[in-house]
Amino acid sequence: MEIEGEHHPLDEYLRADRIPHIWCPGCGLGTVLNGFLHALEETDIDLKNLAIVSGIGCTGRIAGYINVDSYHTTHGRAIPFATGLKLANPKLKVVVISGDGDLFAIGGNHFIHAARRNIDMTVICVNNYNYGMTGGQLGPTTPLESKTTTTPYGNIEHPFNLCHVAHASGAVYVARWTALHARRMKDSIKEALNKKGFSFVEIIASCPTTYGRRNKMPTGLDTMKYYKEKSVIKHGIEPEKADIEIGGEIIVGKFVDIEKPTFNEEVEKLIRRFHK
Amino acid sequence: MKYWVKKELKPPHGKVYIIEDRCKGCGFCIEFCPQQVLQESEEFNSRGYHPPKLVENDKKCIGCSFCSLVCPEFAIYIEKEEENED
Repeated sequence: MEIEGEHHPLDEYLRADRIPHIWCPGCGLGTVLNGFLHALEETDIDLKNLAIVSGIGCTGRIAGYINVDSYHTTHGRAIPFATGLKLANPKLKVVVISGDGDLFAIGGNHFIHAARRNIDMTVICVNNYNYGMTGGQLGPTTPLESKTTTTPYGNIEHPFNLCHVAHASGAVYVARWTALHARRMKDSIKEALNKKGFSFVEIIASCPTTYGRRNKMPTGLDTMKYYKEKSVIKHGIEPEKADIEIGGEIIVGKFVDIEKPTFNEEVEKLIRRFHK
Repeated sequence: MKYWVKKELKPPHGKVYIIEDRCKGCGFCIEFCPQQVLQESEEFNSRGYHPPKLVENDKKCIGCSFCSLVCPEFAIYIEKEEENED
């Protein structure tokens, strides 16, 4: 049996000259990128009509590794740039891939209002519970009592439940997976890409270097084993019941899948009404 | 008349390809392979990590491609082997 491989089948979607990427060994971001590319391969999206937008942070690097039109924007402003792209060119398929700090702390307001307007885009948020690139500070999703560089005695701030935020703001598709659920994550991203309207997929990923190390999960493999032990699939559950607590169950699954007219459709309707 | 021909169902097989120099030794593929096909090799790759290698019984791989989905480094992939009908 041959064992030496040379050309990975996904290399045509990657900027292969930049691989190996800069992420740490055991980081979940590579798995997310892998799942996204597998999903992209299975959809019939024209790569010339696809734009990937990302903000700042470790996750923001994803846009730079995919060999399609990609846009690495300012911190927290991935969604406004993506909104602009979509409104200027409605034929474009716009995907935002960014981290929890970028999308929900610095860019929190933008996320809420893009979901409220139901702009036709897919948002993939990689949640690693902290600000990984800057050294592991407390983020908006850090679970209670977990330790980061800025909360050495344990976090006392209540974290965001990202799926609940997305659902309450009006997203039409909301799902959550961990990096361990690679196949389900891929299927979910595929569904989100094919969905019309504001679709949101949260992926919980390991950050061994800055978060795991301080929370008794020093390697990526430890974190993945933790996900295997604690995650429970509950499709269709109310997202408000899917809070994440340290040591508690991680509820994953597809929570919301509804139909709603998108912003672009409403604009077209308005134009048609006045240009008879 | 083919109605009485009973076909035996055989599990599918996959061929494992590893791009050793991309591996960063996270161990996801080794840990989460449902058939336990892989193990850590004792040799180093060019960056000083231990890439995975196949265990002795190399026919165990059923080609589910989970390793290729979970690998963060694009360092492993599967090709499904077509079974020759005897």
